[in-house]
Amino acid sequence: MLIYLRKRIVSSALPLVVVIVGVFALARMTGNPAALYLPLNATQQMRDEFTARNGLDQPLLVQMADYFGGVLRLDFGQSLRTGQDAAAMALRAFPATLQLAATTMVLAVLLALVVGCWAALKPNGVADRISSFVSMAAASIPDFWLAIVGIWVFAITLGWLPTSGVSGAGAWVLPIATLLLRPFGVLVQIVRGSMVSALSEPYIKLARSRGAGELRVVTHHALRNAAAPALTVAGDLTVGLVNGAVVVETIFGWPGIGKLMIDSILQRDFAVLQAAVLLTAVAIFALNILIDMGYALLDARVRPVTARA
Amino acid sequence: MKTAAQSVLPGQSRAHEVVLSVRALAVDIRTHRGTVRAVNDVNFEARAGETLALLGESGCGKSMTAKALAGIMDPVCDLAGGEVVLNGTDLAALTPKERLKFAGPELGIVFQDALTALNPVYTVGTQLGEAFRIHRGLGAKEAKVQAIELMERVGIPEPESRVNSYPHQFSGGMRQRILIAMAVALNPRLLIADEPTTALDVTVQAQIMQLLRKLREEGQMAVVLITHDLAVVAEEADSVAVMYAGNVVECGPVSEVFSDPRHPYTKGLLESVPVHVGRGARLLSIAGSPPELHDIPAGCVYQSRCPLVQDICRSERPQLLPVTDRPVNDRPVDDRPVDLQDDADDYAGALLSRPGRAAACHFSEEINNV
Amino acid sequence: MTSSLTEPAAQDQLPGTENRPSGKGNGSQDGNPNLFRLLLKDRFATVSAVLLVLIGLTAVIGPALMGDLATKQNLLFANKAPFSLAHGWEYVLGSDSLGRSMLARLVVASRTTFSVAVPAVAVALAVGSLWGVWAGYHRGWRENVSMRIADVIMSFPSLLLAVVVLYVFSPSAGNIVLILALTRIPIYLRTARAESAELQSRTFVDAARTFGARPNAIIGRHVIPVVLPTLLTLATLEFCYVMLAESSLSFLGIGIQPPDVSWGLMVSQGRQYLQTAWWLSIFPGVAIVVTTIAANVLAAWLRIATDPAQRWRLALPRKRLIARIPVKEAKP
Repeated sequence: MLIYLRKRIVSSALPLVVVIVGVFALARMTGNPAALYLPLNATQQMRDEFTARNGLDQPLLVQMADYFGGVLRLDFGQSLRTGQDAAAMALRAFPATLQLAATTMVLAVLLALVVGCWAALKPNGVADRISSFVSMAAASIPDFWLAIVGIWVFAITLGWLPTSGVSGAGAWVLPIATLLLRPFGVLVQIVRGSMVSALSEPYIKLARSRGAGELRVVTHHALRNAAAPALTVAGDLTVGLVNGAVVVETIFGWPGIGKLMIDSILQRDFAVLQAAVLLTAVAIFALNILIDMGYALLDARVRPVTARA
Repeated sequence: MKTAAQSVLPGQSRAHEVVLSVRALAVDIRTHRGTVRAVNDVNFEARAGETLALLGESGCGKSMTAKALAGIMDPVCDLAGGEVVLNGTDLAALTPKERLKFAGPELGIVFQDALTALNPVYTVGTQLGEAFRIHRGLGAKEAKVQAIELMERVGIPEPESRVNSYPHQFSGGMRQRILIAMAVALNPRLLIADEPTTALDVTVQAQIMQLLRKLREEGQMAVVLITHDLAVVAEEADSVAVMYAGNVVECGPVSEVFSDPRHPYTKGLLESVPVHVGRGARLLSIAGSPPELHDIPAGCVYQSRCPLVQDICRSERPQLLPVTDRPVNDRPVDDRPVDLQDDADDYAGALLSRPGRAAACHFSEEINNV
Repeated sequence: MTSSLTEPAAQDQLPGTENRPSGKGNGSQDGNPNLFRLLLKDRFATVSAVLLVLIGLTAVIGPALMGDLATKQNLLFANKAPFSLAHGWEYVLGSDSLGRSMLARLVVASRTTFSVAVPAVAVALAVGSLWGVWAGYHRGWRENVSMRIADVIMSFPSLLLAVVVLYVFSPSAGNIVLILALTRIPIYLRTARAESAELQSRTFVDAARTFGARPNAIIGRHVIPVVLPTLLTLATLEFCYVMLAESSLSFLGIGIQPPDVSWGLMVSQGRQYLQTAWWLSIFPGVAIVVTTIAANVLAAWLRIATDPAQRWRLALPRKRLIARIPVKEAKP
């Protein structure tokens, strides 16, 4: 298991490194932030000073080496905007996004399992048609527009929910509903598809021939087989969830990492952007490892043959 | 249910007693081109401690028959009629839920491909123990003990450590043994073996057949063996029902059917086996192929390939009628279709008596004169 | 077993039903006329196709018909509610705070939206497919390197990548096309590689190889024609994704920039008037939803129609199959 884990970690780390380097390089190309932070009438000397103080006059490679050294020491430098520690800012914003994303994913998985199974029991039945309509809609409706319609209907017209903020349970409803849309739509299709094929496998027939009832067949025999594909897709969905989080956090003023990233790009705040992006990349990386381990727990076939054999 | 389960213990079934009696079984398949009849008016019976072979080419409906008996047909298939009387209960008349009580304690099934028939995500111990958990309400630990015992019974070495292995960690032969162990876990009266050795090496095939024979004798089970292998039938089965295009065309004790076939299809099958054929001699085969299920002709199902075909064969479907043991040309043909219940009543020994041979051919008496 | 499961897939395994009626019901097996006739049989797919053609035509010739209506400000007609012909046909969908006609703006925005989405899909399709087919045909290191690159791109949130890149290189339409193409190339790359890797081991490719055909000739003559239907179906689906992505970028303010206008930008601009003039945000959103749903339905239909093993389902007389979003899409 350890060898397997190490192999997975090494192969998943490559994207992580590429992301760090790529974002660093791109962020440097956005131009000199001196123009943004110094008064309009700043002298050339002030500009040079500012540039030197922030190490921006060094060659790109030196800056990158400094940066990598900093990353290893968990030092991302200070925010140009607020002067605060960049890593601290990113870490402070992280829980808000994590709460939002985790709640959404848990809800999406649970709902998708129920609806997907329900649809798979009677292919082309009523439940199946409803579920395919929902997933079709989920793939077609822009999330930002759904959020705006939600605000228009529930916050402005009906006045049931707040338009933004994080206070109170009501504030969670619209962001989660918006964020839920896509992962739920995709997962329902995955669960339904793999349930339909699992239910037509010979081992299901054999389980019935042993006297296993419908409920046992579905929850015990088919679902565990169908869960593995859903789990693999969950990784891709989480990456997509970051896209959604950027939009949702911007619209609903959610003080999370997505909003932080957009803000720091617009403010050319390199250090914070890098810390935020790296944190996100590490989170995605950790999640992929977790998913791999979950997959191995679910299905022994992907487990490496170790001592026992 | 309890009493039924207890009466099923090995040795309780009297040898040669009729355990399963199938009458006028019919199965329909719904396809996009309309409903087709995959199994048509099939009659046979299986006796305790004996093996009945259902013999036929692929697509003749023999597997469909097996699935209909076990109640695990594909969703597009419907039981269109008939009775499946297992130990006095007509399974065909039960609801799926009622039927679950019989699946396991009364009836077990072995599939052809053990790899797909075993759930890949559970250990074999879990799967072997499931029957005990469902039907006897055992806990996980007790079920595991039973699973180890079962593995021992079917000859899997080191069952204590292997019980925690997953299906993919076993060889093909061992997987087939596990499948068999699962089917006999609750000592059913009836074991359906659907091509149990087709996917295996020849040497392993022999071992598996031997295991089936051993278990059959131990538990006095009735075995319905579905196969296309004439050699397996000749070696293992006591009686045989030859199927063609969803119909039983000939049935009877194996020794008699094979030595003196009364249906041109059976005869053709037997002649296609190269025994005592010299090197270089032409091998015989049956020309043509079985009809598609959606255009089975009105008359005899075998008419398109039959060397003896006459006008009557094209207009009238022959029924499965008793034939005499020895071909006696002037014996009048009994018009009555074979009805196993009636036959059984006719004889003093009732359940122990067996119907004689039957064939569905207008010219069953003349075949061997050709 | 009286359960009424009716999954047609199970029919494939049944004896006697192996011969599919593709040849019987429709005359010939392949070819476009047949595909067109199949399309007419599916109500939903037909409606979707017609809608897409109409929206496409609007994008191509609509702006010319609208003239300067989309930019003409008329404060007398500011913030007029929709569904009223009192102010003339051009204000049937209402007007914005500057009195510009919503209808005209929607039509003009459709051109911008299409002129980003179509080239982005085309570029990603061309590059990703060729690359994937090449990688899958040659296997070995070419395949490994290509898949790693795809993994890296896919493991990073595409919107974030676009946000970063567009901020660096000014958000022009051309840059949006490039970044959207770049983030979607892996989708085609993975699909094309998988199909091509499977094909290159088939007998007909082996046969071509023994005749001495060059790899590029084999790829062009034997692999691409087989893979193409799948990829085109995927491209239809991707059209939705790219359109939504462009809208999201424009909504966030880093996509299409004013005075140009796209549907996503219109939603964003109307957002601040949500309390007073809801139509400013809602109508462009509806336009996006209608277009993506149509493309989705068509993609689902195409997936079945271009798969010879599944096409018979469309010829089913009574039971209409609800078109579905393909399940396999997300798998590598």
